[in-house]
Amino acid sequence: MNRRKFLGAIGAAGLTITGAGKVLAGEKPVMGAAVKDIEGLPDSYAVLFDSNICIGCRQCEMGCNQENQLPEPDVDFHDPRIFEQIRRTDWKTYTLINQYDDEAPGLGWLYRKTQCMHCLEPACAHSCFVKAFHKRRDGAVVYDRKVCVGCRYCMMACPFNIPAYEYHIALDPLVTKCTFCEHRLLEGREPACVEICPVRAMEFGTRTEMLNLARRRILDNPDMYVDHIYGEHEMGGTNWLYLSPVPFPEIGMRMDLGTDPAGNYTSGALGGVPIITAFWPVLLVGAYAIARRKDKVAKEERDQYVSRMIAQAGPEVGRKLAERLSKTQELDQAAIEEEVRKALAEAAAKTESEEAH
Amino acid sequence: MTNQHNEHPWEVKSPWITPFNVVAALIVLMGIYLTYLRFTGGLAAVTNLDDNYPWGIWISFDLLCGVALAAGGYTTATACYVFGIKKYHAAVRPAILTAFLGYALVVFALHYDVGQPWRLAYPIFVQQGTTSVLFEVGLCVFLYVTVLFLEFLPAPLERLGIKRVRNIMVKLTLVLTVFGVILSTMHQSSLGALYLILPSKMHPLWYSTHLPIYFFVSSMFAGLSMVIFESTLSHRWYHNRMDKSHLEGTPHVTFGFAKAAAWIMAGYFFIKFFGVVLNNNWAYLNTFYGMIFSIEMLGFVALPAFLYIKGVKTRNIKLIRWTAVLAVFGIVFNRFNVSLVAYNYHLPSEMKYFPALAEIGVTIFVVTIGLIVFKFIATRTPIFYELPDYKGSH
Repeated sequence: MNRRKFLGAIGAAGLTITGAGKVLAGEKPVMGAAVKDIEGLPDSYAVLFDSNICIGCRQCEMGCNQENQLPEPDVDFHDPRIFEQIRRTDWKTYTLINQYDDEAPGLGWLYRKTQCMHCLEPACAHSCFVKAFHKRRDGAVVYDRKVCVGCRYCMMACPFNIPAYEYHIALDPLVTKCTFCEHRLLEGREPACVEICPVRAMEFGTRTEMLNLARRRILDNPDMYVDHIYGEHEMGGTNWLYLSPVPFPEIGMRMDLGTDPAGNYTSGALGGVPIITAFWPVLLVGAYAIARRKDKVAKEERDQYVSRMIAQAGPEVGRKLAERLSKTQELDQAAIEEEVRKALAEAAAKTESEEAH
Repeated sequence: MTNQHNEHPWEVKSPWITPFNVVAALIVLMGIYLTYLRFTGGLAAVTNLDDNYPWGIWISFDLLCGVALAAGGYTTATACYVFGIKKYHAAVRPAILTAFLGYALVVFALHYDVGQPWRLAYPIFVQQGTTSVLFEVGLCVFLYVTVLFLEFLPAPLERLGIKRVRNIMVKLTLVLTVFGVILSTMHQSSLGALYLILPSKMHPLWYSTHLPIYFFVSSMFAGLSMVIFESTLSHRWYHNRMDKSHLEGTPHVTFGFAKAAAWIMAGYFFIKFFGVVLNNNWAYLNTFYGMIFSIEMLGFVALPAFLYIKGVKTRNIKLIRWTAVLAVFGIVFNRFNVSLVAYNYHLPSEMKYFPALAEIGVTIFVVTIGLIVFKFIATRTPIFYELPDYKGSH
């Protein structure tokens, strides 16, 4: 084997694969799989949803449907029976309202809006193997329909179960999700759902403004809110923020997601790639060399033994022994000893018969 | 099984109408019909996938199990060429062929699963999502299919008598083997790493930061067991196509691989056990999920490890062959547990996924294609025998 060629091949492989460690967010790509600290895009757009204010009128659903030219919904936007079940986003629905029992059942209802949370470090973008998702500086997590392969790993990865798929479409199905009305953000306008809300259950501004507003509301009315801004830190922080009068799990929001951005969970594994690429050849070629050397030493010892036998027992016996040994593929000691034993016995027999003559 | 061998295995002819061929033809017809449904009605026409379950059995079986069970390629090649254990030589070609077809079928099956299969190469050639574990899987699988193809090439080249190219390929054996192990290490483990990004959806008994290591280590005994299993079937159907050295080498392979598999399984059992200890998952063991986890660990890891050892000690080749079947089932059970049982464990049962018949049909179709192509190649190229010109030269 040509060593230079081999090293070249391994080096090339290493370079190709170490590229896998690059991280997506931030302007300066970080080499290796380390995840950069997030400043949180303080000037990006954000929305604060207040579950204390929402009345469950579903105008936001209608506004979203019209703005994004989505198909007719299965159940009319004014039909309250929709609340009989807890829904999630699907290909016709980028946003929706679910109804939850307030503390004393029957006394009141709480409503909570669902849509893409527009994470600062989105799991969908981290998991996409063709970079179809991308976090914009203005806060929106946007989707490139022109490259999406349809592997649906984003749907697996999303901790909020937001992306949906057009399973019914034969040839060019796409992943669907709330776009933060990306076209409106470019003009500095608030998303359609925020604009249409008759009770201002949602406020729109920069992320810093919205966090400050949320804190103020909690401080001003400590009895009305649990002391937590959902989305401030969840999964590394999101651009949609929530306030609630009851613990968040009661309005269907998980509190056990942790504050690590999604990329942190895979950076360790991806970081192993360059190590394996660089070190496995050392290990394997080393093992190969040891195996080869073992064989070589065994052969040398055997040859030495044969020459010693020749010296001791005369050329004829030695030649036969060498011949027999060269036929055996097994190189271990037991086999050699067996061969030697046979050769010696033969030689002895021969001497005996010669003596008899 | 007799000890007789055929002196001219390359001259064996087989008839066209056989039970295998008839059944295979029917399955292929079904597969073509399902393919038509899939590409006219979309995934919804043939699968039970939904927004909560974007990955079904085409990922669990065709991808995760397919890749794990094709691990015999790198394990056998490493044992023979890197560690220099020449008595495993007889197993190399069948294992490489099985692995090559296994990976080719994984890629084939993915064409059904992804929404727009004609874009399957986009992540490599158009836009690289380098932060994605799936990108690593895709790149490695793409490269490894190529490596396996090159490793497999000498067999058809010998058959066709193209000596010069064949000799070059044989000289590359060690480079290709080492490259194959690097790629296998990475993508076998990355298949486990795919699930790292969704801790909130995975049952704690199966979720661990060590998932990549679990997948890699289990792929080793999956591959070894699959080589034993494949050789059992081959000896049943292709006995008259095997030459003396292949037949003589097989017991070495069976006993040696059984011993190695048992050893690795024991290690795997302990790293999984430490996983329970380190994550303090004891409380979960006494639940429904704990029961499934215990069945997996005791029935499909500890038991086959024990039976392998017993088979080696008592020179019981039959026991080892059945144990290989058990071990292969165990790997399938584990991959299904990770990707379907542990995944979305918190969803109410009426929202859980169960594969559609058509979905299972496509998987059967894919496996059948594999068997047909294996048969086609194994009956036409020197896989189970050496041609006289090339005896002992690779």
